Amino acid sequence: MSTTFTIHVDGAAIPARPGQTIMEACDAAGLYIPRLCDVEGLAPQGSCRVCTVRDNGRCVSACTQPAMPEAVIEHDTESMNRYRRDLVTMLLHEGNHLCPGCEASGRCELQAMAYRLGITDSNRLPYLQPVRPLDASHPLWVLDTNRCIFCSRCIRASREQDGKNVFEYVGRGIHKRLAVNGNHLADTSAQEGDHAMSDGICPVGCIIRKGEGFSTPIGQRRFDKHLIGEEIENKSGRSDLSTEEAQ
Amino acid sequence: MTDRAAPTDPDIPVNQSRSESRRIEIDPITRVEGHGKVSIHLNSAGEVDEARLHIVEFRGFERFIEGRLLWEVPVIVQRLCGICPVSHHLAAAKAMDQIVGVDQLTPTAEKMRRLMHYGQVLQSHVLHFFHLSSPDLLFGFDAPAEQRNIFAVIQAYPELARRAVLLRKFGQDIIEVTAGKKIHGTGAIPGGINRHLTLEERDRLLGQIDELTQWCRDALKVAENYCEQHLDMLKSFASFESNFLSLVREDGALDLYHGVLSAQDALGHPIFAEADLTRFNHYLHEEVKDWSYMKFPFIQSLGPESGWYRVGPLARINNCKGMTTSEADLALKRFRAVLGKHCGHSLAYHWARMIEVLHCIEVIARLLEDSDLLTGERVIKGVRREEGIGMIEAPRGTLIHHYKVDEHDQVQFCNLIVSTTHNNTAMNRAITMVAKQHLNGQPNLDDALLNHVEVAVRAYDPCLSCATHALGQMPLQIELLDAQGQRLQMLSR
Ligand code: SF4
Ligand code: SF4
Repeated sequence: MSTTFTIHVDGAAIPARPGQTIMEACDAAGLYIPRLCDVEGLAPQGSCRVCTVRDNGRCVSACTQPAMPEAVIEHDTESMNRYRRDLVTMLLHEGNHLCPGCEASGRCELQAMAYRLGITDSNRLPYLQPVRPLDASHPLWVLDTNRCIFCSRCIRASREQDGKNVFEYVGRGIHKRLAVNGNHLADTSAQEGDHAMSDGICPVGCIIRKGEGFSTPIGQRRFDKHLIGEEIENKSGRSDLSTEEAQ
Repeated sequence: MTDRAAPTDPDIPVNQSRSESRRIEIDPITRVEGHGKVSIHLNSAGEVDEARLHIVEFRGFERFIEGRLLWEVPVIVQRLCGICPVSHHLAAAKAMDQIVGVDQLTPTAEKMRRLMHYGQVLQSHVLHFFHLSSPDLLFGFDAPAEQRNIFAVIQAYPELARRAVLLRKFGQDIIEVTAGKKIHGTGAIPGGINRHLTLEERDRLLGQIDELTQWCRDALKVAENYCEQHLDMLKSFASFESNFLSLVREDGALDLYHGVLSAQDALGHPIFAEADLTRFNHYLHEEVKDWSYMKFPFIQSLGPESGWYRVGPLARINNCKGMTTSEADLALKRFRAVLGKHCGHSLAYHWARMIEVLHCIEVIARLLEDSDLLTGERVIKGVRREEGIGMIEAPRGTLIHHYKVDEHDQVQFCNLIVSTTHNNTAMNRAITMVAKQHLNGQPNLDDALLNHVEVAVRAYDPCLSCATHALGQMPLQIELLDAQGQRLQMLSR
């Protein structure tokens, strides 16, 4: 029995191996499927649903769904991208995302995803405008949970990689919010070197390293020169996407 | 009491049985860059008692910023103003320098910030003079409103208009290469700056300097000629004595980025000069009046009645001993030869502004030749402090940002004194004078009154009136109200 098989993504034959998720197979082939909660090094959990594809007609999260031989996958179509736009738009409306004053601007995955998906209408839904106080108690980091998108990356990194439980959710449904294991971040065991606190874990401007602020000039920030996902597309030479400078 | 003709609009209630005092209101309907309203109060004899400029926009920025992180502030406060965001960016950054314990930036950081600031003053002054004020000056205050706008200037003086656009663009290009974006950039950070100039950027800007300097000379000539040809008007139109406040360099030279806070009286005698800017509130106090959201600052030693003052180009030109660049210094001498050392004419602001335009381009040319912009340490830190006061000469005058920040890096206190606020009393004086002259005991609600009031305000601050000239005719209402606030008459256009 062959160790590789083929899946069909929007009509293109993509090689896959047993045990790979749809997303892993596509990544390896230079085909980027948008995502927010998934990040290299952490177990996927399929919670943001931005990577939703149709696998033989059924909506699944590509980051958790195993690739199966001869699966027919719908990914980069108007209807799938509309779902993604709706999901990302709702995230933008749930929190306080005032990008012009946010130091994550230009390196923020949520903002970059909005650019990639062409989200331009910022007034389609009501803004929830949460009023959660900043937690600046810790000498090294600030938490602005008004920008949290509930991707759980910090929760998983703390648990899986740091062996701690610095972060957890409290509340349910629309009242769900990120909490720390203590009254404030300073009361927790978060410390320098924790994976959960490192660059690249929080995709937005919620976990902020103190003092960095706007020290990276416009033009040199992570997504100033290319769209989110292009690093995956470029790995196999795909460069048919235009770039747009983040605001 | 003198009664006026009934309004033509039948819906407007008319009550002619009023006595004692009446109020005429000029009300811009569009809310752009600070919504202003003018009310003219008449006494029982129908003479102008007082005119008030109402800033009805309440920004609430000071509260909004509380709790935010110190390094966010220079970026967030730029949203205060669409015309000179860079001034707020830099004033806040200067305050935050102190919080992070830096009194003296590295040469690279200071020069980059200076370049950013002079670029922005250049573009703002050009906007103010050409786009907003030149229609008044070129076509006359009493020209029809359809003519007094930038589009008419483009038609009648296409070359002048083209140069104005390109000069502004040059200023904006400087902002872009120093701040990262033409508007709302991030260049100034606590303790320094976040980027150098590249060689390519430097050369691109330097390549334009000669031509643009000539344009600035010509632009100054337009203002000089206008003022010299209309001396009588300058002397009679909203001309009054006042104190003047500005930063000046330690040696007395004009400096837009940093200096000693200095106040002089109408005769040029010093009232105070304070090098330690953190002590500014020993000299300046703010008065609150029940009819305005805007405070009324005054020089503490003189009291609120006579301690009010003016800021902006005319204040800087009056207060300084000279200019640090040669051509602007000659221009200053010409100004003083014609108008004297302590000029009080509101319209002389335009001349002073254009001297600064020439000065800006000369300073920019000098800075661009400086290799510190290309390399060198960008940011430093020192011993942390709790309080910071950033001061800068914004295009329209002294701008003060005052913050207190706690040990967690969160802002606990914020007070901003913007140039419009400094000029508050002066602008009220100016429109009172205009209204007195124009109405002259026979209140007449006509376009000419509106035009003259606008011209007087615009000499100080286009923010209240930029809708007018930037977009054509400003929809206006004049309301005549009695002391109880009831409308007697209204005129709109
Ligand atoms: S977290 Fe991202 S999307 Fe939200 S304000 Fe910051 S940059 Fe914008
Ligand atoms: S804090 Fe950041 S990493 Fe953690 S859940 Fe919120 S958005 Fe995700």
